[in-house]
Amino acid sequence: MSRTLARRKRAETRFRFAGRAAIALALFALVWIVGSVLITGTGALTHHRVAVSTATTVDVALVSENDLLAQRRVSPQGGQFDVLATARLDQYLKGRNVALSEVERLTVARWRDEGRISRGFNTTLFTRPDSRDAERAGLKTALIGSVFMLALAAALALPLGIATAVYLDSFAPRAGWGGRITRVLEVNINNLAAVPSIVFGLLGLAVFINLVGLARSIALVGGLVLALRMFPTVVIASRAALESVPRRITDGALCLGASPVQVVFGTKLPLAGPGILTGSILGLAQALGETAPLLLIGMIAFMTEAPASLADPTTSLPVQVFLWSDGADSAWSERTAAAIIVLLGLLLLINGAATALRARLDRRR
Amino acid sequence: MTDGTPLYLLALSVLLVAAVFYHVRDGARRRVFQSGRRPHSRSRYHGALAACAAAAGCAVAFCAGLAVRAAGSVAFDAVWIAALLGLGWLAGWRVSRRSSMTFRARPHVERIVRAGLAALSGLAVLITLGIVLSLLFEALLFFGDVSVAEFIFGTQWSPQTALREGQSGQSGMFGAVPVITGTLLITAVALLVAVPTGLMIAIYLSEYASRRTRALVKPMTEILAGIPPVVYGFFALLTIGPAVRSVAGALGANVPTQSALAAGLVMGVMIIPLISSLSDDVINAVPQSLRDGSYALGATRSETVRRAVLPSALPGIVSAVLLAVSRAIGETMIVVMAAGRGATLTANPLESVTTVTVQIVALLTGDQVFDSSKTRAAFALGLLLFAITLILNVVALIVVRRYKARYA
Repeated sequence: MSRTLARRKRAETRFRFAGRAAIALALFALVWIVGSVLITGTGALTHHRVAVSTATTVDVALVSENDLLAQRRVSPQGGQFDVLATARLDQYLKGRNVALSEVERLTVARWRDEGRISRGFNTTLFTRPDSRDAERAGLKTALIGSVFMLALAAALALPLGIATAVYLDSFAPRAGWGGRITRVLEVNINNLAAVPSIVFGLLGLAVFINLVGLARSIALVGGLVLALRMFPTVVIASRAALESVPRRITDGALCLGASPVQVVFGTKLPLAGPGILTGSILGLAQALGETAPLLLIGMIAFMTEAPASLADPTTSLPVQVFLWSDGADSAWSERTAAAIIVLLGLLLLINGAATALRARLDRRR
Repeated sequence: MTDGTPLYLLALSVLLVAAVFYHVRDGARRRVFQSGRRPHSRSRYHGALAACAAAAGCAVAFCAGLAVRAAGSVAFDAVWIAALLGLGWLAGWRVSRRSSMTFRARPHVERIVRAGLAALSGLAVLITLGIVLSLLFEALLFFGDVSVAEFIFGTQWSPQTALREGQSGQSGMFGAVPVITGTLLITAVALLVAVPTGLMIAIYLSEYASRRTRALVKPMTEILAGIPPVVYGFFALLTIGPAVRSVAGALGANVPTQSALAAGLVMGVMIIPLISSLSDDVINAVPQSLRDGSYALGATRSETVRRAVLPSALPGIVSAVLLAVSRAIGETMIVVMAAGRGATLTANPLESVTTVTVQIVALLTGDQVFDSSKTRAAFALGLLLFAITLILNVVALIVVRRYKARYA
């Protein structure tokens, strides 16, 4: 008897331990992922510059030739320039494993003694478009492209999604043939939410590019595809919010003589507002991280210019991460991780805004 | 249509509609104010009705203009703008003329609102139809070149077409078996990680954890769920791939960096929150009376979980696993970055395999013309992907509905 009890006790302990181990595993994975990105990425937030005067002979393996040319063009009378160090020199100065030749090392040592080398915040990363040189590559195109596409996607998907949710929640027929159609519609939307995102890319490619004839990799097509992707998410979140409005409130409005449309727009939508807003913002966050469908509509091109309108080719933040992750050396992986930090930061901001908005609106109720 | 004119016209239409709304509403207000009586409908409904008419007019003019433009002539933007504004204003004016103290504007507006909402919700069906038709159309073209039997049963996948015209072996080989087995292999590895972990997290959180632990762990899994796939892909590429390689190297095996194991492990981590949150819901939905009964019979907590809670939550857990499978099969970025491109037919997770999604991306992102059997093959694979995930989702939905019926 006592042996059985001891065995059962051991089984209980093992089970509890398994649960804790599972949580620890997930936590460990999270810390590992975020940690490795942070550790790799923070390096790219600073960059070295070298003070070069017109008289200095410049070694183009150490100092960015393109940056020097650009600065000379701005002030042709010469003088002192603070020129970007090449990714190679930058990585060397940050203590990465870079092989410099004897001559180069002596040059760097001399520059150091003369106080020519300075380390500062990497503004290039945020203010310049993509480039083949790691030291001149930035996220400008990706950031503006993401904003364009998200704005278009939100402008299309939010009104359509919320309208669909309102219809399904309050006006759709529930019985007979109409009810059957409603149920098909509901199942349809649920399935659409679970369709792999890459299929939306195929749809965008087939319909917007091959059929309608829009250009590849432009922000307009990207926004449309993201809108399609967001739509089911917004519908599902909005329906959940609408369903959580207590029946007694809507019944009360009906008793006071409001028409069904007035009930929906006067009582139901305002009460479901915070929930709809949170769901929509989360859908937006999901769209911000979406990559695969954008690859299929051609957003893998190398973009050295930021888009000026929806009709310009562009790229987006996660796509830029994907493109940079191809780069083999440490300068590129550093920048990729930095781009991920920016992406995660934006997602955190969006989610934080959703939570804060919700708390605020809920309190006001 | 890459210029901005249509967009400007849309903005112009919005302005016009807004102007009609305010104008007619204020007119109705003035009428009410002067007569001092109660009208049937409030002024804003009069405005809204006229605005609806104006919007319809603008829409007609806009679509007609687009059609003319698609037919070829571009140089009539001035006419287009005039037609748009004129038709919109005319429609608004016609309706506003009927407006009076006794005019029943509200029922009209409400009917329009309802019809509009119904039409918008039809969009979901249109999207689905669009997906199915576009996939089907291109896939049918593909199956004109390559037989269905070869696609489903062929064991050679090498879609590389020849560089020059007329070179031998130009058509490539399109047997999808190694691609599908590769997908299943990575999915299996991912599920081996995600199902036990996710399920144990859900059980621990709902049966054992204190409120404080729950409040700490839940947001953590939500963060895990919120990280974009491309970040997981980068992690797999930069950290896990090399780690798996060096561990295997230390054990004496030669494993490529892009092994099925590495991609599967990371994908498993990504799916953990999906399983844990879905199972958490169903485990919480199991009635407390079942647990109480089990405790009363002298069962320990783990015995209660294993013998009473899990069996009754099983349908929900099965559907969670099905949804996880569908997510794993459709996941793209992790495998594009961390799995290989070469299609090998193997069941060894230490080898490099390719997946359906990787092949779709590989086939459509090269520099090639569309309408070759290479690009069409991507749509055939997409159709396959869509069909598999659709079936999995429908089955999961049915299982959940049955389950709900049991405890409702």
